[in-house]
Amino acid sequence: MNEVLLRSLTPSVLAILVRRGVDFAAAEDAVQDALLEAVRVWPADPPRDAKGWLVTVAWRKFLDATRADTARRRREDLVDEEPAPGPTPAVDDTLQLYFLCAHPSLTPSSAVALTLRAVGGLTTRQIAQAYLVPEATMAQRISRAKRTVSGVRFDQPGNVATVLRVLYLVFNEGYSGDVDLAAEAIRLTRQLAAAIDHPEVAGLLALMLLHHARRAARTAPDGSLVPLAEQDRGRWDTAAIAEGVGILQAALALDRLGEFQAQAAIAALHADAPTAGETDWVQIVEWYDELVRLTDSPVVRLNRAVAVGEADGPRAGLAELAKLDDSSPSPSSGGYPVPRHTAVAAYLHERDGDLATAARLYAEAAQKAPNLAERDHLTRQAARLNARRRR
Amino acid sequence: MAKYLLLKHYRGAPAPANDVPMDQWTPQEISAHVQYMQDFAARLEKTGEFVDGQALAPEGTWVRYDGEGRPPVTDGPFAETKDLIAGWMVIDVDSYERAIELAGELSAAPGAGGKPIHEWLEVRPFLGGHEHCTVPE
Repeated sequence: MNEVLLRSLTPSVLAILVRRGVDFAAAEDAVQDALLEAVRVWPADPPRDAKGWLVTVAWRKFLDATRADTARRRREDLVDEEPAPGPTPAVDDTLQLYFLCAHPSLTPSSAVALTLRAVGGLTTRQIAQAYLVPEATMAQRISRAKRTVSGVRFDQPGNVATVLRVLYLVFNEGYSGDVDLAAEAIRLTRQLAAAIDHPEVAGLLALMLLHHARRAARTAPDGSLVPLAEQDRGRWDTAAIAEGVGILQAALALDRLGEFQAQAAIAALHADAPTAGETDWVQIVEWYDELVRLTDSPVVRLNRAVAVGEADGPRAGLAELAKLDDSSPSPSSGGYPVPRHTAVAAYLHERDGDLATAARLYAEAAQKAPNLAERDHLTRQAARLNARRRR
Repeated sequence: MAKYLLLKHYRGAPAPANDVPMDQWTPQEISAHVQYMQDFAARLEKTGEFVDGQALAPEGTWVRYDGEGRPPVTDGPFAETKDLIAGWMVIDVDSYERAIELAGELSAAPGAGGKPIHEWLEVRPFLGGHEHCTVPE
């Protein structure tokens, strides 16, 4: 049985129950139960109409649950309204579900969990494993999230930007446990792109595909990080790159630029270079200028400084970096405004030939690294330069 | 089975025999060290003795309550704090002797020159909470 195919039916089945008047939280529970039953029953007895099967079973699960409740009156009302069995309606409310699960009243972590369950069809256990928290914690997070959105009207237009933010968060979580969250984010974004014509949805999908295409090359067999310039480009997934570039070009042609399209354009320029030395850094700097205009985030300015360092030389990059210091000092991060600022400074000083400063900054950056893989990588950089200086 | 915390310190432990800062090792020595740590955890997962392993950033913040309706007071990090935890591994093993044996293996992780660091690790037993809750069947 194809689990992904099964899960792809989740949002439309859930939406049908909600259309029938079942409240969102109860409908979502019923669909989860139906999915679990499908996993049990389908291998031996696959249905002809998978979606119809799920709707019927989810509806029965809902009735069972309601029977167990004291809300007898409400159930009888609903049973009276039960539509005759037959083909499921063609109306697809998948998009509405995305909006609901990423509703602005939810915290980011709640929106992520609810999206993965109600739209993605993952079980609470799978989501808990992926985020390395106890299952009971994740179950609480999801039920609180469902309570938070219980009063939200299902047919209200939602906010695409918040949905994209949630999918982007899922994508960046990457891979841990059984569930490949990056692949799941791509699947959900693809499904969203099919439901709505929006250049930024396409931009995010292109960005994910282009970034994901490099995944195999991004880590060495021993688990250590391989920087972009040193990656074996033969291991990049050319099919994913071609698809990402195609989606991006179609989106850019609509002439409604947004930050995800700009980020995807930068990723596409990297993907387009046969070797690191052939990267079109001048064009990348131009895209960063667009990004600064669109977001003005310190992280973008930092990445722009790296690109300037490549396009115009390390001194120019360091000058950009110095501007960044002055514009937004932040005492909580030791005087540096953004994560990885020290690492970028180390890199630019190395390229400028100042190995002593670079080694010291790499060691300092390792202390501030946000995760172990980066810490090990930065410590190795410091060690590499120190070894070179000893020779 | 009993759970033990194997604690690793940035500061506060006695100096190890092979005491060279990591950025003065060769990159190969760093790789060998990382590999050793990964293999150790993987082996304990296979024997069913691994519970959890985490690393902590060196810098933290001290926080305390400051009274009704007031935001918490924050302070630090304090350079003079003697004891600074770097990370831990939680193991679930049959005996205290096994916990000591495993901590000894972890302390043998290679460092500069490919030689064991002989790092001092702290082994702390968990206070069990469930021994008296057993209901006779």
